[in-house]
Amino acid sequence: MPGKKIFISGDEAVAEAVRMARPHVISAYPITPQTVTVERISDFVEDGSLKSEYLHVESEHSAMSAAIGAAAVGARTFTATSSQGLLYMAETLPYASGARFPIVMMNANRTVATPWALLSDHRDSLSQLDSGWMQVYCEDAQEAFDMILQAYRIAEDPRVMSPVMVNLDGFILTHTYEMVDLPDQEEVDAFLPPYRTENRMDLEEPRTVCYASLDEYMEFHMKQEFDMRKARAVIAEVDRDFGIRFGRQYGGLLEKYRCEDADAVIFTLGSVTGTVRSVIDSMRGNGYRVGLVKMRFVRPFPEDEVVDIAEKVKAIGVLDRDLSIGYEGIVFSNVSSSVLRACSAPAMVNYIGGLGGRNISKDNIQEMFLELLRAADGEKGKRVRFVNVGSEYDG
Amino acid sequence: MADRLITSAKELSNSEYFYGHRACAGCGGSLALRLAMKVLGPRIFVAIPANCMSATSFLHPQVAFSVNCMISPFPATGAVLSGIEAGARALGLKDYHVVGFAGDGGTADIGIQALSGAIDRGDRVIYVCYDNEAYMNTGIQKSGLTPYGSKTTTTPAGKNFPGATGRKKDMFEIVAAHGIEYAATASIGYPEDYLRKVSKAALCQSTSYIHVLAPCSTGWGFPVEETVEIAREAVDCGLWYLAEYENDEFVLNKMPKEFTPLEDYLLKQARFRHLKERDMEHIVHGRDKKWEKILKNWK
Amino acid sequence: MDRPKIVRYEKPGKVENYPCGAIRVGTLVQDNAGWRILKPVIDHGKCVMCLRCFLLCPDGVIDKSGKILEIDYRFCKGCGICARECKVEAIEMVREGGDEDAG
Ligand SMILES: Cc1ncc(C[n+]2csc(CCOP(=O)(O)OP(=O)(O)O)c2C)c(N)n1
Ligand code: SF4
Ligand code: SF4
Ligand code: SF4
Repeated sequence: MPGKKIFISGDEAVAEAVRMARPHVISAYPITPQTVTVERISDFVEDGSLKSEYLHVESEHSAMSAAIGAAAVGARTFTATSSQGLLYMAETLPYASGARFPIVMMNANRTVATPWALLSDHRDSLSQLDSGWMQVYCEDAQEAFDMILQAYRIAEDPRVMSPVMVNLDGFILTHTYEMVDLPDQEEVDAFLPPYRTENRMDLEEPRTVCYASLDEYMEFHMKQEFDMRKARAVIAEVDRDFGIRFGRQYGGLLEKYRCEDADAVIFTLGSVTGTVRSVIDSMRGNGYRVGLVKMRFVRPFPEDEVVDIAEKVKAIGVLDRDLSIGYEGIVFSNVSSSVLRACSAPAMVNYIGGLGGRNISKDNIQEMFLELLRAADGEKGKRVRFVNVGSEYDG
Repeated sequence: MADRLITSAKELSNSEYFYGHRACAGCGGSLALRLAMKVLGPRIFVAIPANCMSATSFLHPQVAFSVNCMISPFPATGAVLSGIEAGARALGLKDYHVVGFAGDGGTADIGIQALSGAIDRGDRVIYVCYDNEAYMNTGIQKSGLTPYGSKTTTTPAGKNFPGATGRKKDMFEIVAAHGIEYAATASIGYPEDYLRKVSKAALCQSTSYIHVLAPCSTGWGFPVEETVEIAREAVDCGLWYLAEYENDEFVLNKMPKEFTPLEDYLLKQARFRHLKERDMEHIVHGRDKKWEKILKNWK
Repeated sequence: MDRPKIVRYEKPGKVENYPCGAIRVGTLVQDNAGWRILKPVIDHGKCVMCLRCFLLCPDGVIDKSGKILEIDYRFCKGCGICARECKVEAIEMVREGGDEDAG
């Protein structure tokens, strides 16, 4: 298949990438706003353009469990979910990561009940940060397409052998149409060779893949952590190779945008990044020294990169589309703990916004930057701010 | 690969695929697993959810299997089996069986959804439920297959309750209602019948299910050497039955001419020893109703 | 007798050397003999080689590969099912270390 540009949604971009990654087994259960992905994949299986076993499972718990079973014999696997579905499969996530299965999953970020809602936020995926899965967040459909391919390369790297969750903001990204550049299949095959592993059951040399360990549980866990640390370099390496082959590079664990000489930066995750970028461009035009840190991977966490940024800026805002009720934004907690390692102590403000799909406007972002710049000058303010709720509600 | 029906110990190889496990002495469940693997092995993929069998045999570095095996999430045996089969199919593997061994709780309660899904998909997997009539691994709590009057740690018998008050779910018939290719009940008290059924399941082209009664001396309270005997008596007294479901029909394999006395079976076991006259009557009534239905509708 | 060997387990020493997932099966590092109070002893004169004990041993420790049955006492738990189920009473359960006890 030769390369081409087509106008598709984020969900469809994921499906196209899955077709090119050619997993052996796909198991998925429908949930809005992931459905288009699994429908498209089903079309591809039906029309023969994707030769995968498609398992119609009866739940997300079974979707992941079936992927675990397939990975256990050495198959490349894919599944996709969202929100309640991700939480429903939660038990199986550490099963997969602990067994060191390089499963790739798309998660369409969506709020979790109650109150019931359909639109996007990151409470679903961030609740699973400790599951042993890598987590990457995409800004647009092209990045979603590219990251599915990269995810398999990273996950299946023998140094890493851990699963990846590729996150797309529900509706904002999953259902928005964009031009997406699809490379040709040969190029993809060269980038992503067939999956071969010794981490599987084998009829000639029988093995076990999920077992119990009482005495050495901790060593197994540490091994997983050590390999996850190695993933940081692998992510950067894969990103570079992808850039060389396809002309698109994302910066690995995180992307810094106009951070050189910035006094204040905002950390973002996912689709809001584009809005922040354009606010920065216009504020820079007016002489404001502001920048953006697009967090791409939250696990493994870009610790050194964050320390480096913290040592160069005077104020950091973290825009969380989630809230760990009883404390603060989850990304903020994560960023703060790395900032503590820095030699300087920038001002830190947590912006909680976009919950349940609430809009985050350019004006909102500009206000954040202005507040951060005041904080950079030493003004004391609140640690946690709620965005776009009206001043009477803000904490 | 079982490619014919096996009905006797002679036909079994001397090789053991489940060896050195730490199940209690005389554990019925471990016998059910051992025999099934002897029929199916060695080219098998085994998945076992959380239960007594996985807890006692996957303890790294002592892995008591010499065949491919894995622990599956407790609720997900059916799904893991499907996944293994789909993966093996996609990778072009040949001559193998995919088999799962779940307890009564792992099958009739938390795992019933995944089992139902697996049968619905029709993947070529063998699902064996070894039924010890309670959650044994966690300390003898009531499951959906705990029979009426059974004392468990969550259904204590006292002034107000006679132990468990539910009726044992008819898992065999629930499974059959899916229109499965092959389902059977069995008992380790009738081992030859069980061997035959496992080898029959191995010949199926889609999902098959075997529900084998596997007494647990620890949870039921009887002397360890009587495990097989109790399993036999359960059938002889009519509280369990040997049957198959095939080609959309139920077939009864063993028609007891006369039931052995129910009290004999019950009173041998500590879990039933507290039962009063009227509880016994309740159990007899339940048994007779079941058999009325069996005799009316099954071949 | 054709039963698996017991092998010594050595810890990998370094975390990096722990397995990344799959491990080989059938590694027995410890016997179960200590569980036994009673020990099954086959009277080969009485045994008619019906294989019922071989069939019903939950631990699979009765080996039928030779001319006579052999019990792998490393893994026999002494449950007594074999003795109970032998139709010709060819298996006797004797107390472990019985001689000393009797003396
Ligand atoms: C999701 C989940 N819930 C609960 C448990 C705890 N648990 C482990 S084994 C077990 C009992 C298993 O009972 P059963 O399936 O009847 O098998 P048995 O132990 O009797 O052999 C339970 C409740 C678990 N491991 N996972
Ligand atoms: S508790 Fe019962 S089922 Fe569990 S290992 Fe012991 S005898 Fe077997
Ligand atoms: S059951 Fe008795 S007669 Fe039969 S083989 Fe065993 S010892 Fe011999
Ligand atoms: S006593 Fe139990 S474990 Fe030992 S040989 Fe007999 S049946 Fe097997």
